[in-house]
Amino acid sequence: MDAAFYLPVLPELILAVGAMALLMLGAFTKDGVAAGRTGAWLAIALLVIAAGAIAYPPLQPATALAFDGSFVTDGLTRFLKVLILIAAALTLLMTIDDFARAKIMLFEYPVLVLLATLGMLMMVSANDLIALYLGLELQSLALYVIAAFKRDDVRSSEAGLKYFVLGALSSGMLLYGASMLYGVTGSVGYEAIAAAVQTDGMATNVGLTVGLVFVLVGLAFKISAVPFHMWTPDVYEGAPTPVTAFFAGAPKVAAVALLLRFTQSALPAVASQWQQIVIFLAIASMVLGAFAAIGQTNIKRLMAYSSIGHVGFALVGLASNNAEGTSGVLIYLAIYVAMTLGTFACVLSMRRISGNVEDISQLAGLAKTDLRLATILALLMFSLAGIPPLAGFWAKWYAFLPAIKAGLYPLAVIGVIASVIGAFYYLRIIKIMFFDEAAEPFEPVERNALAVMALSALFVVAFVVPFVGGNVVDAATAAATSLMPGGVR
Amino acid sequence: MSNILSVVTFLPLVGAALIAFLNRDADGNARWIALWTTVITFLISLLIWWNFDKTSAGFQFVEEYAWLGPLKYKMGVDGISMLFVILTTFLMPLCILASWESVETRVKEYMIAFLVLETLMLGVFCALDIVLFYLFFEGGLIPMFLIIGVWGGKRRVYASFKFFLYTLLGSVLMLLAMMAMYWHAGTTDIPTLLATTFPADMQFWLWLAFFASFAVKMPMWPVHTWLPDAHVEAPTGGSVILAAILLKMGGYGFLRFSLPMFPLASEQLAPLVFTLSIVAIIYTSLVALVQEDIKKLIAYSSVAHMGFVTMGIFTASQQGIDGAIFQMLSHGIVSAALFLCVGVVYDRMHTREIAAYGGLVERMPKYAFAFMVFTMANVGLPGTSGFVGEFLTLMAAFKANTWVALLATTGVVLSAAYALWLYRRVIFGPLTKASLKGLLDLSPREIAVLAPLVILTIFYGVYPAPVLDVTAASVKNLVQNYETAIKPAAAMLAP
Repeated sequence: MDAAFYLPVLPELILAVGAMALLMLGAFTKDGVAAGRTGAWLAIALLVIAAGAIAYPPLQPATALAFDGSFVTDGLTRFLKVLILIAAALTLLMTIDDFARAKIMLFEYPVLVLLATLGMLMMVSANDLIALYLGLELQSLALYVIAAFKRDDVRSSEAGLKYFVLGALSSGMLLYGASMLYGVTGSVGYEAIAAAVQTDGMATNVGLTVGLVFVLVGLAFKISAVPFHMWTPDVYEGAPTPVTAFFAGAPKVAAVALLLRFTQSALPAVASQWQQIVIFLAIASMVLGAFAAIGQTNIKRLMAYSSIGHVGFALVGLASNNAEGTSGVLIYLAIYVAMTLGTFACVLSMRRISGNVEDISQLAGLAKTDLRLATILALLMFSLAGIPPLAGFWAKWYAFLPAIKAGLYPLAVIGVIASVIGAFYYLRIIKIMFFDEAAEPFEPVERNALAVMALSALFVVAFVVPFVGGNVVDAATAAATSLMPGGVR
Repeated sequence: MSNILSVVTFLPLVGAALIAFLNRDADGNARWIALWTTVITFLISLLIWWNFDKTSAGFQFVEEYAWLGPLKYKMGVDGISMLFVILTTFLMPLCILASWESVETRVKEYMIAFLVLETLMLGVFCALDIVLFYLFFEGGLIPMFLIIGVWGGKRRVYASFKFFLYTLLGSVLMLLAMMAMYWHAGTTDIPTLLATTFPADMQFWLWLAFFASFAVKMPMWPVHTWLPDAHVEAPTGGSVILAAILLKMGGYGFLRFSLPMFPLASEQLAPLVFTLSIVAIIYTSLVALVQEDIKKLIAYSSVAHMGFVTMGIFTASQQGIDGAIFQMLSHGIVSAALFLCVGVVYDRMHTREIAAYGGLVERMPKYAFAFMVFTMANVGLPGTSGFVGEFLTLMAAFKANTWVALLATTGVVLSAAYALWLYRRVIFGPLTKASLKGLLDLSPREIAVLAPLVILTIFYGVYPAPVLDVTAASVKNLVQNYETAIKPAAAMLAP
């Protein structure tokens, strides 16, 4: 056992050991609130160190398998893990002040976030069904708890419980599907499954199809694709806002990554089967996300439907089943996470002396009372609507480009029309901020939230510059090549 | 000189940044910075025009840099886009001047929005990469949405949403078509795509997708309904830019993409365009007759005039395209001027109802003169710029299809009816309304805005050569390529 054995899992080790150390620190400190603050900052540091360990080439082998092939690290995992770690760190940063004000900045919170993130990293690297399930459950269990973190709040408890019940159901389905796949192919490893599926008569095997469908349904729950999205608006609304910000970012990335690797490395031989399902999920999510958000008055519910829609757009890339599609999904996720984090930083700043407000009408005339916040939020809204030259447009460009290549014209046409319908509710927020009469001003924006939203707005605007956008696109393209040896044009 | 197009395009953006960061709460400074930025931009664009080689049909001042992945940042102008660049830079200072006093709230943001809009409009005409083109084309929605929504009239929210969603819906289909072109040709470079021949059935769908976008932008009947709302609700400067430049993007798109890249589909679908153009010319002229709001009347007359443009473009002949370009340029000057004229009386009376006016000539003789010149140009009186474009397009249409020309000519008669009747009701007649008796004639600032437009209207009406010279080589090249492209098809059809 030499050090090289542990190198592929170095980021995971950092998080696991760090989380346990933080737990000890919290348990042996008397002042719980102070421990919470310190713990949060330490957790942010751990997340950044883990991201650094991934990005620093000598510490990460280009491609490696660990634990008898159940854990893989390559270009794809590196891209996604860095994204997840950044998202987790930024949401934790936004959390500190808000939780401190609500007097719930307990030391358990950063520990749970670290464990959830660890689970996500496992999901990204999972190369067999067991690792997939382990990562998923580690993530989910931590998330159930933090959804209900505001213990005295009925809505928060309800959100946690709802998330738990539906999440457990979906995990069960996924496990059932995985067992079917194991039964049919006799293996849990992706490569072995892929090899078994290629044998004669396997593609038409009912057991394989049933297993495939159940696993996809389980994953569709996790990424809240329609028709398995029902939990999303309630959980997003009920959970404390920083937690919602966390839910909307990193876990989505991890679950989409899981879907990406599972479909393309375990089941390439039956692509036509899962493609149908993914196309359906994509269309349903894009359309429902666009229509259902129109009637929302609560900004967190609106963002929930918006995230449903955006998952649909990301799935367009996956449905194309080509290397460009994979890189399109990655670019989409990166841009989506940036936009979502910024938006939630703005939502956190919708705060009066009496407390946080979540009703969209409270934003009325924000341009007159706080032009800076209004401008940032407007930029993010235009970007979410996919208007060029902002980043959201590029996300759509790279998601639909592969679909056109694959000849999925109806999917692409429905998608872009859904994006126009979706533009309506993003515009409505801008209208309320810029065209309406001013309401009572908000409290000044806090430093951490301002940092996150400014970073996000800067990314959204500067994506068009080669230095920013070009690097993201190149990194995603390189990452996609590791999954799709064919390469990208 | 090598990067001069980028300089012209992004200079207004620098001005906007200056306004945003340099001075806080100083509206006067914002006005002056905006004015100087647009004037300098205009001067630099004149420099480009000066150095422009009229004999060459190709793209000039080309600059090319690596951008995202296979996409290129590539700019360049040919004879067709050169004109629109000048038109844009010329009208911007006038718009800023026209908004000098009429915009009182959030002046800083207003000026920033206008300067950003100028950058995006210039980018549309200079871009030589379809993705770059799309970026500028769609990006313009953001500032225009805010201009209508924040500084607009009573129904501004409705108008801004309608404008935004209508145009976006048209454009996203074009975006998909661009992707298909990229996969077929392997590039997004416009000069390369111009030399690419797309299969006939693919051309058909690509043409329709581009048509969806440009027809909305133009706007053509029956997707014109956003225009009257947007025009009426927008502040004067916004209406001017909408009518004079944003509408021209549709015509420019037809000339840059539809006609040269999809000649077979253009040939096949020209009857559709002719039909829609004729309906636009006759129907919207009739609609203009019954309007009670001055701005709305001018908006409908814009739709009718754009009908001549689309008709001229799809005759695919030298005369027709020359006429269409000239008509766009002339309409850019004349409709801008008409909206400015409405702005003049609106600033004084705060109403656009035709019925609220009458007999203005007694109090405002200078205004009456300027308004008359533009009304005559709008009618297409010989000697004004409006005549040249209409005449050329009608002549080309006559060669292509006599019936089209015959029906379109009725539009000339109808335009005389609504324009002259409008003039009579506003300017002539007895000055009976008490509220009008205290009106003052044009101020020096207003004269400074309207005088260049009067001069240009008459100058180009008498001597259109400067414009036609610039476009001649590019249009000739376009028509030749088009005819070579459709010849094999024509030969096959007639065995």
